[in-house]
Amino acid sequence: MFDLTGKSALVTGASGGIGEAVAVALHAQGATVALSGTRREKLDEVAGRIGSRVHVLPCDLKDRAQVAALVGQAEAAMGQLDILVNNAGITKDNLFMRMKDDEWDDVIAVNLTSSFILCRAALRNMMKKRYGRIVNIASISGVIGNPGQGNYAASKAGLVGMTKSLAREVASRNITANCIAPGFIETPMTHALNEKQTEAIAATIPAGVFGKPEDIAAAVVFLASGEARYITGETLHINGGMIMV
Amino acid sequence: MSDISDRVKKIVIEHLGVEADKVTENASFIDDLGADSLDTVELVMAFEEEFGVEIPDDAAETIQTVGDAIRFLESHSTKA
Repeated sequence: MFDLTGKSALVTGASGGIGEAVAVALHAQGATVALSGTRREKLDEVAGRIGSRVHVLPCDLKDRAQVAALVGQAEAAMGQLDILVNNAGITKDNLFMRMKDDEWDDVIAVNLTSSFILCRAALRNMMKKRYGRIVNIASISGVIGNPGQGNYAASKAGLVGMTKSLAREVASRNITANCIAPGFIETPMTHALNEKQTEAIAATIPAGVFGKPEDIAAAVVFLASGEARYITGETLHINGGMIMV
Repeated sequence: MSDISDRVKKIVIEHLGVEADKVTENASFIDDLGADSLDTVELVMAFEEEFGVEIPDDAAETIQTVGDAIRFLESHSTKA
């Protein structure tokens, strides 16, 4: 089950907590992986830990020209691209009334626009091959909202709507597109919370604790597998029971 | 010239899985050959590959029939 031997995957944000776990998990199932992110050294470190069947493709997702070139680079490096995981995400939190235009624009550009451009680019060959798996990492914030995250929540809710539309367009070509909406996961992003905030959030999670990046990675492997062929346009909520929708 | 026509028709027949005698110059991809809008995008991609030519979106929109495709490619193809 969930064998990815012979498949090639591009993971954005692979220098971050969830992205690294996703790349490691896809690779463990046999996939060749391309790691993208902004921090070259960190990507090289991750690639070193993975060892074989791994490529490093630095890319600044705020730069549209770089984004537009990324899928082609991944296809050139790996010979094909079967699995695209749009995992990269940034936060620039601020109260709505204080949020700057550039805080809005940057978060939308990295989290939403770059995912659109990468999906569009990847589709070309996926359509030809009549096979593809797209997994977009959304967020619980995009589903229930979060104070201070008007930009982030909009970008993540945007991913969900985008993914559903895409899924409808290409389902007949054996290409699936799904979202995963993580709740609170132990990553550098949530380490930014202070102890009091962390405790208060944990108290609202039925499981009682934050999730681990591997909890998300396992779901990516599933949705990226051949076995998940009949699941498309879906959002998988992974949050310890924090919301049940 | 007829070479381009034959190659276009071959792509259309293969991609849409239609009978060869239905693929006339006047046949509309959508109205006569059962293509949906995604099929027309894929046909344009296939033409681009076969003929080594880039078909811009505004030109692609004008390619509605088999004859439209043949005429466009006759005037733009480099690998003819």
